[in-house]
Amino acid sequence: MISFVLRRLASAVPTLFIVVTISFFLMRFAPGGPFNLERPLPPQTMANLMATYHLDQPLWNQYLTYISNAVTGDFGPSYIYKDNTVAELIGKGLPYSIQLGSYALLLALSGGVLAGTLAALRQNSFLDFLIMSVSTVGVTVPNFVVGPVLTLIFAVTLAWLPAGSWGDGSLRFLILPMIALALPQLAVFARLTRGSMIEALHTDHIRTARAYGLPSRVVVVTHAMRAAMLPVVSYLAPAAAALLTGSAVVETIFTVPGVGRYFVLGAINRDYTLVMGTVVLIAIFVIVFNLLVDILYGLLDPRVRHD
Amino acid sequence: MTDSRETILAVRNLKVSFSTPDGTVEAVKGIDLDVKAGETLAVVGESGSGKSQTMMGIMGLLAGNGTVTGSAKYRGQELVGLPLKALNHVRGEKITMIFQEPMTSLDPLYTIGRQIAEPIVHHRGGTFKQARTRVLELLELVGIPEPKRRIDSYPHELSGGQRQRVMIAMALANDPDILIADEPTTALDVTIQAQILDLLNSLQAKFGMAVVLITHDLGIVRHFASRVAVMRRGEVVETGATADIFERPQADYTRMLLAAEPRGRKEPPANTAPIVLEGANVAVDYATGGGLFGGSAGVFRAVDGVSIRLKQGQTIGIVGESGSGKSTLGRALLRLIPSSGRYQFGATNISDFSRSAMRPLRRQLQLVFQDPYGSLSPRQTVGEIVTEGLYVHEPQLSRAERDKRAIEALKEVGLDPAARNRYPHEFSGGQRQRIAIARAIILKPKVVILDEPTSALDRSVQGQVIDLLRALQKANGLSYIFISHDLSVIKAMSDYVVVMKNGRIVEEGDTDAIFEAPRESYTQTLMSAAFTA
Repeated sequence: MISFVLRRLASAVPTLFIVVTISFFLMRFAPGGPFNLERPLPPQTMANLMATYHLDQPLWNQYLTYISNAVTGDFGPSYIYKDNTVAELIGKGLPYSIQLGSYALLLALSGGVLAGTLAALRQNSFLDFLIMSVSTVGVTVPNFVVGPVLTLIFAVTLAWLPAGSWGDGSLRFLILPMIALALPQLAVFARLTRGSMIEALHTDHIRTARAYGLPSRVVVVTHAMRAAMLPVVSYLAPAAAALLTGSAVVETIFTVPGVGRYFVLGAINRDYTLVMGTVVLIAIFVIVFNLLVDILYGLLDPRVRHD
Repeated sequence: MTDSRETILAVRNLKVSFSTPDGTVEAVKGIDLDVKAGETLAVVGESGSGKSQTMMGIMGLLAGNGTVTGSAKYRGQELVGLPLKALNHVRGEKITMIFQEPMTSLDPLYTIGRQIAEPIVHHRGGTFKQARTRVLELLELVGIPEPKRRIDSYPHELSGGQRQRVMIAMALANDPDILIADEPTTALDVTIQAQILDLLNSLQAKFGMAVVLITHDLGIVRHFASRVAVMRRGEVVETGATADIFERPQADYTRMLLAAEPRGRKEPPANTAPIVLEGANVAVDYATGGGLFGGSAGVFRAVDGVSIRLKQGQTIGIVGESGSGKSTLGRALLRLIPSSGRYQFGATNISDFSRSAMRPLRRQLQLVFQDPYGSLSPRQTVGEIVTEGLYVHEPQLSRAERDKRAIEALKEVGLDPAARNRYPHEFSGGQRQRIAIARAIILKPKVVILDEPTSALDRSVQGQVIDLLRALQKANGLSYIFISHDLSVIKAMSDYVVVMKNGRIVEEGDTDAIFEAPRESYTQTLMSAAFTA
């Protein structure tokens, strides 16, 4: 088990390296730069800025500098938020994103699994049809529509909940952004659960459990559910990474001070270091959650246990 | 004697139907059956006869689109239409089942100890901890070695035979009245089959439960059943004591089934017959494990220094249980997989032939597979499937000539040439295997390797395919290598037998010698498992 974790962590190093390299060059080959504003800067100012940030050096040189700094944890200064380093910005925003994201993940997972299981047990019934239609809507309607609609209903019309801002961080402030963030993932979890649950209910060992007179509750929860959770658990890693690293759209709509905005803002403004910082952050989250999920998977399924 | 026993399960006018997009299909059409206390009733039939669905219907285990009507009374209690809660008091306690697929019938995510304990805990109460003693006792009873260690194993850590033993342990856990065994040995090797049947037999003698044995295998029926019910197309065509059924079968269908046991023998070719294909010191290695970040790679030797000489007109039967390397050997002889050894085809040494060098020889070296469902492309017409090889090996043929050859080949395998324009799914298993044979013989090969060509077929169809293969051999002077785990088929087809185990030849010789007087103990075990089962 320990050797499995160590091996996986070792294999994360080349993965991160490749991700960083590709993003670095992609960003640089995109037209424009951090200081190309609508009103062009005087050439001298521009040259000074470029020199300050070492952007006047050859590209591969900048790349080597970036890599060697990044290894020590220095992701450089942000070009847009000039008083902050990238590490500071992420350090400040990440706790908000993680808190909101964990709630959303919990909601998406529990709601999705419950809805999917109900749909599978009543396959082709009205309930199944309803759950699947709602989850199709959940996947297809983007959250820049869901967010404002939720605000309109619950904050403006009914005035039950605040329309935005982090406030004091209490649940009241988090409910709407949490729902907007969770809904698409909830729908995916529901569809995944339904599919794998239907499959699990048709396996030979479920027939065995029924043939031995086990109560339906035991057949479904103990036997079918555990098998059905395997594909759901696999999807948990990308879902968790996506939710915990924040969403630009949801954070903007509900004015949440998380890190989700930085990726989009950084990309639009060619804030090279900020984009690179968020890319590394997301990559680390994906790698860590994939590892966690693989360990969890091993606990659920003795056939792939890592020893 | 059996008549004096009490009837404990009385099935009357039982019907099972399935609603499908093409309308309602009646799988069981109103059958009557009696199971008496302590007896072994065999329900015999070929695939699609409704023998399994009868029991699934009674036990409330039909697929979602299935319905059961009629009556099945267990000691006076009606099971058909019984609410689930009440039914759950019967199944798993009074009536238990074991299934055909020991590999998939157990939940892969739980230990076998827990799974055996489940019906005990649910029907008798108590905790899983308390049930553990009983589980250990059961594991001992069904002959699982080292029960104390095995109780915490997962199904994938056990062999197929052991898993079936675990199922039997589960079936016995609550001292049932009736044990339904649905093709309990079909998925197992012959020697394991015999062990499982012996086990069932001795347990029945010990505990006195009735056994309903659902099977297609008449050999099993003869030795284990006291009464037989023969089913065909959802109806019971004949019921009677086992001896009566075998000696004085009344129904035509029963007679046909009995006659379908493979018969006949093959004369060996003349001593002067030339050798057409030879493999000396054939060895095949498979890499196991390994990978970029996986553990260390290992090597598994599937075939280990086997030598074989096939004469013109000869049929060499290769027998062995799963994992013995018999199929791998067949593929190595055709140079289809990487292998070491010396290979000679006629006068040509083909040991170092590359894939492209082999290609012109391929038409003379053909292969027929076990699974007639998987080995024919569902998107090609039969005509396209059969003539495909001609495009490669006789590209000069015109369309009309190819069509003529297809007609000849299909006629030769006993199919209507009109089949050319139809697709494989329109044909039965036996017909598909004929198509696969037509695809091989259209190229006029010298050697055909037949890899379990009859194993996926019902007995009555098996006989027909064997007759066809023999006729084709005679007409065209073919040489066969016939790979099978089924000794009765091997006996009927081949004049020389090679017995394989763990990649090596255990024993070889003329068919008569091997079958009459096997020297090696492994061969003897195989024989006794196959013919006295």
